[in-house]
Amino acid sequence: MGAPRLSSTPLPGIGVRYDLTTHEHRHLSVVAHRDGERTLSAYRKDDPDDCALSVRLTAEESATLIDALLPAHHTPNLLSTTDLGLVAERIELSGSSHWNGRLLGETRMRAATGASIVAVLRRAEAIPSPTPAFRLAGGDTLIVIGTREGVEAAAEILGRE
Amino acid sequence: MHSSAVFLIEFGAIILALGLLGRFAGRLRMSPIPLYLLAGLAFGEGGLLPLGASEEFVAVGAEIGVILLLLMLGLEYTASDLVSNLRAHYPAGLVDAALNALPGAALALLLGWGPVAAVVLAGITWISSSGVIAKILGDLGRLGNRETPVVLSILVLEDLSMAVYLPILTALLAGIGLAAGSVTLAIALGAAALVLVLAVRYGRLISRVVSSDDPEKLLLVVLGLTLLIAGLAQQVQVSAAVGAFLVGIALSGEVAEGAHSLLAPLRDLFAAVFFVFFGLNTDPASIPPVLLPALALAAVTTLTKIATGYWAARQGGIAPKGRWRAGGTLVARGEFSIVIAGLAVTAGIEPSLGPLATAYVLILVLLGPLTARCTEPVATRLSRRRRKAASTAEAGKDPSPARLDDQDTVGRA
Repeated sequence: MGAPRLSSTPLPGIGVRYDLTTHEHRHLSVVAHRDGERTLSAYRKDDPDDCALSVRLTAEESATLIDALLPAHHTPNLLSTTDLGLVAERIELSGSSHWNGRLLGETRMRAATGASIVAVLRRAEAIPSPTPAFRLAGGDTLIVIGTREGVEAAAEILGRE
Repeated sequence: MHSSAVFLIEFGAIILALGLLGRFAGRLRMSPIPLYLLAGLAFGEGGLLPLGASEEFVAVGAEIGVILLLLMLGLEYTASDLVSNLRAHYPAGLVDAALNALPGAALALLLGWGPVAAVVLAGITWISSSGVIAKILGDLGRLGNRETPVVLSILVLEDLSMAVYLPILTALLAGIGLAAGSVTLAIALGAAALVLVLAVRYGRLISRVVSSDDPEKLLLVVLGLTLLIAGLAQQVQVSAAVGAFLVGIALSGEVAEGAHSLLAPLRDLFAAVFFVFFGLNTDPASIPPVLLPALALAAVTTLTKIATGYWAARQGGIAPKGRWRAGGTLVARGEFSIVIAGLAVTAGIEPSLGPLATAYVLILVLLGPLTARCTEPVATRLSRRRRKAASTAEAGKDPSPARLDDQDTVGRA
């Protein structure tokens, strides 16, 4: 078993089918329709020619699913902005955070990372567009939007104890 | 202008009725084709509501409907699809033709309708409906199945065969002699071969000439080109439908995609008109006498299609269950059987042919989805029972494995 290989079969009039056999000898396939939709199928164990599951996905749904399948992502993506190169994430301040009781302006977030804090979720309310004079508290959840790198850097700054 | 008001009222009523029938069919998750045919029967002569003023327009619309049906079919395929399929699967195509065209021809000869009607009926029983079958595969979630490429390749070969079959049929129906007929056929085959070669080599170039970013212009160019070529094809006795099919094949890439989405609504409208027109020309009273032959023909050709699919899937290394599924899926006949019958009806050969074709297609368009779903479970249960019977009969020996399991392990690597 080397790297997994996709084999492709043309389906005239419909599109192309890509097949994958996993390390557990299960078969998966994706039918690429011409209109950009995809059909994801998994095969039955007892009948290798038949599908146990067959789900039709739109182009956007496929992109979202790919997002979840990519190993690098382990945080739920708030907005599906991947096609713009931007990500939005929820970052929580711990109770013992360095920033507990300090002002938002002191984080110098935008200057250091280019990421913006667009809202703060505190208990049951959301504070949109907090100003630099906004006082942070442990347990706050900050919604940060920026490039992937910018948001990673912001998470690092906000994670200071 | 009184007559134009009558025309609008009549034509509007037809289209509206079709729309409502289509919604009803959608709710039942079935193909709307049988309902359109029934609507035509209801409106036409001997039906509930004889039409007058819009008859002529419906006739022209029906012709455009056939042209658009075949254009869209051509757009579905690229020329390389067709050529590679022809190379890889021609045995399946030949088996398909032999098993399914012969029963139709045999019945026409039995009924004493003569050789031309035999060729017509052969075509009606031979060509499965790609439209209905593609929908069945999607609905049953079988697009990913391993036997599906086998089913699709048979459909492709049938569609390609239409490019040869239709010119022969038009020549026969026109009653031209052997020499003139041969010339026509040579022209048709030459044109088809030329289009395939051109499309494989210069498909991009052709598409670039036709291409336009503006949907309106693209629609006009593609539609105009198709009707023009179809008309020219008709002029040299090749059959307008084949001309349209070849235009569809010659267009590929982005143009095909764009034209597909632009023309789909037009095709739906005019194809519906075509089915109604066919029904209009059929007197409902003429159906009961041919119902029995139609049922017999449907039964025989259901079995032959299942056999065809089984055989082709076995050649493709599919396990027995998949072979039965492939066979059951292929049963549905539909739009092209009606197209072929329509040509014969307009040419005015055997009067019972139209009613027979109508009854036959009505039966199989309804039966097709059922056989697609049930052939495999039924066959599996039967073979299991046979296996049990065999093993009890041969007590002491190994239970004999079901026949035809010889390639069971292929494709399981």
